[in-house]
Amino acid sequence: MHAEKQHHAFEPKLVAFVCTWCTYAGADLAGTSRMHYPSNVRVVKFPCTGRIDPVFILRAFQKGADGVLVSGCHPGDCHYMAGNFHARRRFAAFRQLLDFVGVDLDRLQFSWVSAAEGGKWVEVVTELTERIRQMGPMREFRELDAEEHWSAQLDEPEIRAAYNAIP
Amino acid sequence: MSRIGVFVCHCGENISRTVDVEKVAEASRHLLGVAHACDYKYMCSDPGQALLKKAVAEHKLDGVVVAACSPRMHEKTFRKATVQAGLNPFLCEMANIREHCSWVHEDRDEATAKAIDIVHMLVERVKRNRKLQPISVPVTKRALIIGGGIAGIQAALDIADCGHQVVLVEREPSIGGHMAQLSETFPTLDCSQCIMTPKMVDVANHPNITLHTYSEVEEVDGYIGNFQVKIRKKARSVDMGKCTGCGVCMAKCPQKKIPNNFDQNLGMRSAIYVPFPQAVPNVPVIDRANCTFFKSGKCGVCQKVCGPGAVDFEQQDEFVVEEVGAVVVATGFKLYDISEKPKGSPIKGYGEFGHGKIPDVIDGLTFERLASASGPTGGKIIRPSDGKEPKQVVFVQCVGSRAREKGISYCSKICCMYTAKHTMLYKHKVHDGQAYVFFMDARTPGKGYDEFWRRSIESEEAVYIRGMVSRLYQKGDKIVVMGSDIAVGIQVEIEADLVVLATAVQPREGADQLAQKLGISYDQYNFYSEAHAKLRPVECATAGVYLAGACQGPKDIPDTVSQASAAAAKVMTLFAKDQLEREPIVAKVNERFCVGCFACKKVCAYGAVEEKEIRDRQGNLVKVVAYVNPGVCGGCGTCQATCPSKSVELDGYTDEQIMAMIETL
Repeated sequence: MHAEKQHHAFEPKLVAFVCTWCTYAGADLAGTSRMHYPSNVRVVKFPCTGRIDPVFILRAFQKGADGVLVSGCHPGDCHYMAGNFHARRRFAAFRQLLDFVGVDLDRLQFSWVSAAEGGKWVEVVTELTERIRQMGPMREFRELDAEEHWSAQLDEPEIRAAYNAIP
Repeated sequence: MSRIGVFVCHCGENISRTVDVEKVAEASRHLLGVAHACDYKYMCSDPGQALLKKAVAEHKLDGVVVAACSPRMHEKTFRKATVQAGLNPFLCEMANIREHCSWVHEDRDEATAKAIDIVHMLVERVKRNRKLQPISVPVTKRALIIGGGIAGIQAALDIADCGHQVVLVEREPSIGGHMAQLSETFPTLDCSQCIMTPKMVDVANHPNITLHTYSEVEEVDGYIGNFQVKIRKKARSVDMGKCTGCGVCMAKCPQKKIPNNFDQNLGMRSAIYVPFPQAVPNVPVIDRANCTFFKSGKCGVCQKVCGPGAVDFEQQDEFVVEEVGAVVVATGFKLYDISEKPKGSPIKGYGEFGHGKIPDVIDGLTFERLASASGPTGGKIIRPSDGKEPKQVVFVQCVGSRAREKGISYCSKICCMYTAKHTMLYKHKVHDGQAYVFFMDARTPGKGYDEFWRRSIESEEAVYIRGMVSRLYQKGDKIVVMGSDIAVGIQVEIEADLVVLATAVQPREGADQLAQKLGISYDQYNFYSEAHAKLRPVECATAGVYLAGACQGPKDIPDTVSQASAAAAKVMTLFAKDQLEREPIVAKVNERFCVGCFACKKVCAYGAVEEKEIRDRQGNLVKVVAYVNPGVCGGCGTCQATCPSKSVELDGYTDEQIMAMIETL
C-alpha cells in the first residue's frame, strides 16, 4: 500500500486501549507483515480489556483525544477466561452515560481483534482515523475547561470589594 | 527525582530507515526525569546490553526505557540485562517503535513524531513502576496429554521415560488415532499398525503412564505448574479390572450390523466392541445407543457369557481430578466432510461432487481401510456399492484445501503424498487397474518424498493430469468425472469405477470448546495457535500448555513425532525445577479501604479472591475484607476496574502508571 501521501488540515489524536494477548499481538502482526496505516493512534497496553476503567476513556478525551478505541479478544477467547465479557458489560453501561453527558458516541469505538488478525487491526485503525477526521476535533471537554478557567478568573468589582473587605 | 535512561535502538535498519533515532534520543533527553538518552544499532546484542548496563552504573539510573521492537519480542532480554545491571527487572519498559511505528508508517516525520510520543508515554510509566519480586510456586511434576494418537503417544513415552508421571486422556475406546487406521505410510510403505502397535503397548505397560481411554476433559483449572483437570471417564459398561480381553462377548453379541466408525462405516461391528483387534486397552465398550439391552431391557447375552463377570450394565460415568503441572494438547485432525451441511461448520460442502451421496466417491481414510489387511475387506480394493473390483480409479487432489470459495485457504500438506501412495497401493493390488490423479501442484518436500512421488508415475503407471475437477455425477454404475487438463488445454471426462477425494485436513470436532477450557488461542479454522510461528512452534501463549501434532496445523507423521518430542522436551524443562517463578503481575488489596463488598470475588475468573478477617488487638472482628491469593491470581485486573472503592490494585498496571501514560497526550 503506497498511496499518495495526502496532506490534511486536521490530524486527529487517537488513543487505543488494547489487551496484550490479542489486539496488541494483532497490531504486532500488522507490523511484522509490514502493513501500513495512519500514524494517528497511540497504543496503551493492558493485560486484559477487563482492566480498563471507564475513567481512562474520560481522561483521554479530557487530555485532547479526538477518538478512543478499546480493543480486546473475541468473546470466548479471553486469555483470562472472562475479562472481555466484563469489559463489554461495563462499556455498554458507560456508553449510555457518555451519551447522556453529550459526547458523540461515534468517537468511542470497541472492537475485537485477535492475535492472528493483523489485517483487521489495520482496517479498524484506518476506518476510525478517517471517521474521526470527518467529525473534526473534539471540542466539548476543551470548551468545558475554558469555561471553568474563565469563571475562576472573573474579576468583577463586587468580588474585588468583597476580597478587600476581608479583615 | 527519577533518573531514567532511554536507549533508542536502530534495529539495524528496521527502525532507523523510517524513524530518526537520533532525534528520538535527543527529544527524550529533554524529558523531565531522563538522566541519559542514547541510540545504538542493536540493543539486544551483547554490546547493546553491555551499553545498557554501563549506562545504569555511570549515570546512576533508576529506570530504563528501551525504544525498540515489541515487548513481546525482547522484554525478557532487557529485563535480564536490567537485573545484571543491579536494578529490579520491573524498572525496565520497552517502547514499541518498530512493529507499531517504523514498520507500519512511511512518512519519516510522522513516524519520528509518533516514536517520540511513544517513548514519552513509557518514560512517564516507568517513573511509577514498582520493584516487584517474583512469586515462587511449586511445580507438580506430572503431565497431562490430551489425545492418544501418535503425537500423544510419543509425547507420553518421552516424558515417562524421563521418570515423570504422565496422564494420557483419549476420547475413543482405544488409543491409536488416525495412524492406526492407515494401511501403509509414506515414503517407506511401512505397515502403519506394525510400527505403531509396539508404541501403543509400551504406553499401556509403562509404569509412569496412567491411561484414561473413553474419557474426555471436562474442566481445567489452575495455571502452569498447578493445573487441576477434571476428567470424565465415560461408562464402558465393562469393568476394566476384571476383563481379560477374551472377546467372547463380542462374538456372542446378537447386534452385528452397527457401522464401525474406525472402518469409516464400511465395516460393521457389534454393540459391545473394541474398535479394532489391536486396540489398547483391549477392553470392549458397550455402545449404549445401539445396544438392545439399553434400548429395550431385553438381551444381556454378553453379561451371561462373560467368564470373569466383567460386564456391568449399572456402570456410570466417573469423574477424576488429576493434578498436573503441564498439559500437552495432541487432539489431531479430522477430514473435511463434503456433505451439504458439514456438522458444526460454516464451511460449505461440495454440491458439484454429489454432497457425499454417491457411494463410490470416498475419502482418503476410507481408501486406507479398503487397502488395510485388517480392514473390512481384508485388504481387497472394492467398490462400496457392489463389491466389484474397480478397474479405473480417479483420485482428486485439493478437495476443500486451497479453496477460498469453500472457506479453506490453506494447503493440507499430506495429500499429495498420500495420493501418490494410494496409486501405488491400488496398483499393487489391482495389477490391471489404472489410476488417474487430477492435481494442481505436487507438494513433496520431505526426505525421499519427491522420489516416492515420481515412482507412482514412472513405476506404477499412474496418470497425473494437471487440472481441477468441476463435477462428479453417477451414470449407471460408473461415476463421470469432469475435469480439465491444463497442460494440453482440453476438457477431460473419465468414467471411473471409484473416486477417491483428497479432502482437507481440519481440526477435530470440539477443538474450539477444548481450547476455551484450556484458555488457549486458536485461529479461524480452529487450529491451535503456537506462541510464535517460527521460534516457538510447540508452546502456546498460555504458559504450561504445549501443542503436538495436527491440532496445530496439518502435518505428516515424521513432523508430528518431532513436534511431540519437542513438546515433551518443553515439559521436561518445566519439570527440571522444583519451584516455578511466577510473574508478579498480581492484584493486591488495600485492606484499609476495602469494605468487603466482594464485587471483585464475583468477577474473578480464577477464584483467587478469598475472605480475610481483620481483627483488633483484643481479637474482636473489625471487618471482613478481600484478599487475593498471589499464587492463583491470573493478573487480568478485572477486579481493579470493578472495585467501587479503588481498593485493589494490579501490580504492574496501577492507575498511576496508566494515567501517567494518558497524561502525555
